[in-house]
Amino acid sequence: MSGISRRIANRCLAAAGFLAGAAQANTSNGYNLPVGVTDLSVDIHHIHMQGFWWCVAIAVVVFGAMIFSLLKFRKSQGAVPDTTMVHSTKAEIIWTVIPVIILVIMAVPAAATLIKIEDTRNSELSIRVTGYQWKWQYQYMDAAEGVGYFSTLSDDSNEARQLNSGIDPQSVPNYLQSVDKPLVIPSGTKVRLLLTSQDVIHAWWVPDFGMKRDAIPGFVNEMWIRVAAGKEGFYRGQCAELCGRDHGFMPIVVEVKTPDDFKQWVGAQKADAKQAAFDSALHAQTAQVITR
Amino acid sequence: MAHASAEHAHDDHPDQPATGIKRWLFTTNHKDIGTMYLVFSLIMFFIGGAMAMVIRAELFKPGLQLVDPLFYNSMTTNHALVMIFGAVMPAFVGLANWMVPLQIGAPDMALPRMNNFSFWILPFAFTLMILTFFVPGGAAAGGWTLYPPLSIQGGDSFPMVIFAIHMMGISSIMGAINVIVTIVNMRAPGMTLLKMPLFCWTWLITAYLLIAVMPVLAGSVTMLLTDHFFKTSFFNAAGGGDPVMFQHIFWFFGHPEVYIMILPAFGIVSEILPTFSRKPLFGYDSMVYATASIAFLSFIVWAHHMFTVGMPLAAQLFFMLSTMLIAVPTGVKVFNWTATMWRGSLSFEPPMLFAIAFLFLFTIGGFSGVMLAFVPADFQYQDTYFVVAHFHYVLVPGAVFAIMAAVYYWLPKWTGHMYNMTLANWHFWLSTIFVNVLFFPQHFLGLAGMPRRIPDYAVQFADWNMVSSIGAFGFGLSQILFAIVVIQCARGGKKATAQVWDANPRGLEWTLPSPAPYHSFQSVPEVK
Amino acid sequence: MSDAHAQSADSYYIPHGSPWPIFGSVTLFTLMGGAISALNGWLPAWSLVPGFVMLCLLFIFWFSTVIGENQRGLYNLAVDRSFRMGMMWFIFSEVMFFAAFFGALFYARELAVPWLSGNGVKVFTKMLLWNDYAGSWPSNGPSALGPRANGSFETVPALGLPAINTAILLASSVTITIAHHALIAGHRGQVKFFLALTFLLGFTFVGFQAMEYHEAYTELGLTLGTGIYGSTFFMLTGFHGMHVTLGAIMLTVIWFRIMRGHFTPQRHFAFEAVAWYWHFVDVVWLGLFIFVYWL
Ligand code: HEA
Ligand code: HEA
Ligand code: CUA
Ligand SMILES: [Cu+2]
Repeated sequence: MSGISRRIANRCLAAAGFLAGAAQANTSNGYNLPVGVTDLSVDIHHIHMQGFWWCVAIAVVVFGAMIFSLLKFRKSQGAVPDTTMVHSTKAEIIWTVIPVIILVIMAVPAAATLIKIEDTRNSELSIRVTGYQWKWQYQYMDAAEGVGYFSTLSDDSNEARQLNSGIDPQSVPNYLQSVDKPLVIPSGTKVRLLLTSQDVIHAWWVPDFGMKRDAIPGFVNEMWIRVAAGKEGFYRGQCAELCGRDHGFMPIVVEVKTPDDFKQWVGAQKADAKQAAFDSALHAQTAQVITR
Repeated sequence: MAHASAEHAHDDHPDQPATGIKRWLFTTNHKDIGTMYLVFSLIMFFIGGAMAMVIRAELFKPGLQLVDPLFYNSMTTNHALVMIFGAVMPAFVGLANWMVPLQIGAPDMALPRMNNFSFWILPFAFTLMILTFFVPGGAAAGGWTLYPPLSIQGGDSFPMVIFAIHMMGISSIMGAINVIVTIVNMRAPGMTLLKMPLFCWTWLITAYLLIAVMPVLAGSVTMLLTDHFFKTSFFNAAGGGDPVMFQHIFWFFGHPEVYIMILPAFGIVSEILPTFSRKPLFGYDSMVYATASIAFLSFIVWAHHMFTVGMPLAAQLFFMLSTMLIAVPTGVKVFNWTATMWRGSLSFEPPMLFAIAFLFLFTIGGFSGVMLAFVPADFQYQDTYFVVAHFHYVLVPGAVFAIMAAVYYWLPKWTGHMYNMTLANWHFWLSTIFVNVLFFPQHFLGLAGMPRRIPDYAVQFADWNMVSSIGAFGFGLSQILFAIVVIQCARGGKKATAQVWDANPRGLEWTLPSPAPYHSFQSVPEVK
Repeated sequence: MSDAHAQSADSYYIPHGSPWPIFGSVTLFTLMGGAISALNGWLPAWSLVPGFVMLCLLFIFWFSTVIGENQRGLYNLAVDRSFRMGMMWFIFSEVMFFAAFFGALFYARELAVPWLSGNGVKVFTKMLLWNDYAGSWPSNGPSALGPRANGSFETVPALGLPAINTAILLASSVTITIAHHALIAGHRGQVKFFLALTFLLGFTFVGFQAMEYHEAYTELGLTLGTGIYGSTFFMLTGFHGMHVTLGAIMLTVIWFRIMRGHFTPQRHFAFEAVAWYWHFVDVVWLGLFIFVYWL
């Protein structure tokens, strides 16, 4: 199949274009939810698969009964209707109770994971994430206080995505999923994102982290991620709430580094005086109250 | 009988429709109005479908080839609004107009003048909405859910859409009041509530839903309007409001709305399956109770559309559990339908084919719905094509197929002619194959990480999008067959008998000749 | 035409060929078109006038047709029942319309404002965005929106005009009930008096409400733009006021019909419909008085 070979070619291209080996666009296999690289994403994948298989099991039973009827009880084969079969309390109790039991079985792990997801305590690094039409701003807090920058769609993607640009998207590495400056986080660390927005609602989502949350103007939402140690690399996602014309063009790229590399990176950022000046200007800007 | 003499006092002869355009403008006849609703709905289905074709053409391959991103957003927004408020809901109201009086043995709808009013508002409302494409700033592009602050950024089209929605709401409320009053007040003697055909039951419950939620939609869009024009702060945090508040109010309407689009479909399927299984509906009473439970539950699950907005944990748990509960009464329905076919004597005329496809494909859509209800998993699914796949499965092979089944079931009763069965069968098979080619790959796209409402996408989504688009074009073209069958049938064809189907269908409508006379049941029928 | 043969107990009256529905649709379109033009600044505010004129005509024509049919005895009891149910469900839809705005009020008071001031699940909202906002109801939000430069505003005290207005509406509820009983008992003189009293009370209410609005705008710094308090206050009381006005007009029409000898002690659906409507408006007011003015 040409699609598959194209996909493989593309993967190779992407890998070549970026840090060889470490670059990963997406751990998804192209038709199912990725298992992901955080504790939560693994749990969530599990819930997803469990729900899926229960549905398949029910489908086998229900569709099986339907298909059996369709084949067996045909008028053309001389089937005679049993017109007395109009009601059965026993059957109805059974097919009310069994689904309830299945639902309870599925609800328990879902609830447990949810409780875990909502527990943002004891985070080791907080980053303030602000959505704009159409870019993301990242401002580090805690130990990395002072580091901050905007992250926008990278130039090559931006050029290619113009109406009738004539550029083949397949030729652009990580088309629509690459940015000028990715968010950088340490692995093995509980990172808390504080999400808000300066204009309309956006949503921050990286499938491999298993989580998505809205960035709402005037409010701050929390979510946390902990990328397992050893899973360093690039992870890609994009804004997941319609936010106007360029909603499709505000990607999210996260570079996960080892804690040591991360520390080094923070040091380099801080050392950059120009960067610092830029930051403080930004800080003043975001401190302004939102009025429309 | 001394009936109907009063009508002579008015204008034309009552037993004949007026002639020319006046017939349609001034009519108070439920059949005329039903026909107008159905024709309007078909036109809107084509308009909304044409918009979907633009969407699918742009998504055919990565890169922007055809439309500007903003125009793409107007396409999705208006596609949804046209399909929901212009195609599916009016189709159901049209079917109710035609069939409810016939099924309960009433001479007409209870409030005939208002009935005409509720229809004629619609063409004007949609004129207003379509006009938005020609005003500065372009048509509404904030999604059919109209979330602020994005929707408030709209240009001149903004108030037009709001007022168009107000008009649709007024129309739906009046239509719903009419259905309720007709069913509660106009049943023939002996037609007790628990003898009523299920189509009437499901519509009665749908009508209650409509009256309860359409005003809430009106309220929510009114707040959008005042936020935009009169400086109110409902959805503005700086003034003490909250953008998420809109979502709560909207989905308090929006979730019951999706059941408004499926309950009458349940009713239709519950009419057709017994007929062509030659066996009474299994578990009639539990069908009625299940419908009522679904309607009740639909009021307490709305926030499952907003799991990602950052609600308190307790709220998320509550909405997860209540949403999952809906699977139980819906399951009861599916099992009852299966039991209706069991030990029947099945034949496969077009209405039955569509009803069977509904059974399978709606259930698939329901399964993905249940998966969406698990909050942690929904954090991944939300706003992806998995959701798009879910709701198209319940809406297209769900609601739309049921409407088509109903048309194929009752068309001979309306026109007095049989339609072209061969063509109808072609329509069925092509639709059923292509609808799956169209929407099934969207599950994969969503799970692989493709967000909805984007005009262009990363290249790893290219293959399935192409498949989906091909399915879309195939499905769209197949619908031309539907129009041909219906138009042919309206113009002539083999005469239909009163019974139409040799399956001995139950119900008062089959005691009338085909076509049903312009004024039916002037003398009250007897129900045993 | 003679209607001597018109009424027969077992025939449900079905009108034929009515121009009013389509006229009504054109009216709505004109009205909405006018509103859109005015809001978008395409046309000055007079663009609303044609729609309103047509709306008045619509009501006059449609209702006089119905009243005429009724007077000619075309409606049997089943038709009467249809009208009753129709009115009931219409009122229910109105209740749900108000519910949306009450919902907004409760949400803002119980959730949005506390969250903005750092309570519940949204601690960081205050810390990062609205550090010096100590939200308490009534509130015009962390940015203290409103007409005054310092962001302050005052509310209308419950014990002033609102209390008087409550008394007025409650009294009008009593008077309309007396009028209804009088109608059933056939004392038409009493009906006329108490019905007139009812709509006069209604109009007085609207007058007071207008005074209150005037004071709010000119002296209290309370406007539609005064944050969420101003928004909920004016939208709730405003829509209620519009309903009172409408109800009072309907009462006036009924009064004229009484003067012309319409209605019998047994059959007076229009009277009852308006009375129900009036009670509905009354109940909404009680909700407003408690949740908007008092608590
Ligand atoms: C006709 C319309 C219709 C119908 C009937 C449904 C039915 C259901 N829907 Fe769907 N839904 C929509 C239309 C509809 N939906 C639309 C339009 C949207 C998107 C709106 C937007 O954002 O634009 C949406 C979105 C949507 C979401 C939000 C997704 C998101 O944005 O993140 C959720 C989440 O819970 C959901 C859940 C459900 C559930 C649980 C059902 C249930 O009612 C399904 C029940 C049926 C079954 C389960 C199958 C049969 C049952 C059995 C065989 C019994 C045994 C089964 C089990 C025990 C599992 N729907
Ligand atoms: C009842 C409701 C309904 C119905 C029937 C449909 C029917 C269809 N829908 Fe739609 N859809 C929605 C409700 C509905 N949809 C909603 C609520 C949304 C969400 C919007 C939002 O995000 O705000 C949506 C969004 C939506 C999207 C996602 C857009 C995005 O997120 O970016 C897509 C993409 O594939 C899509 C496709 C289709 C297709 C191909 C059909 C087809 O079934 C249509 C088939 C019909 C025709 C094609 C018309 C008939 C034939 C002709 C006109 C002849 C000409 C044909 C050709 C040229 C081929 N719809
Ligand atoms: Cu930002 Cu979508
Ligand atoms: Cu829902």
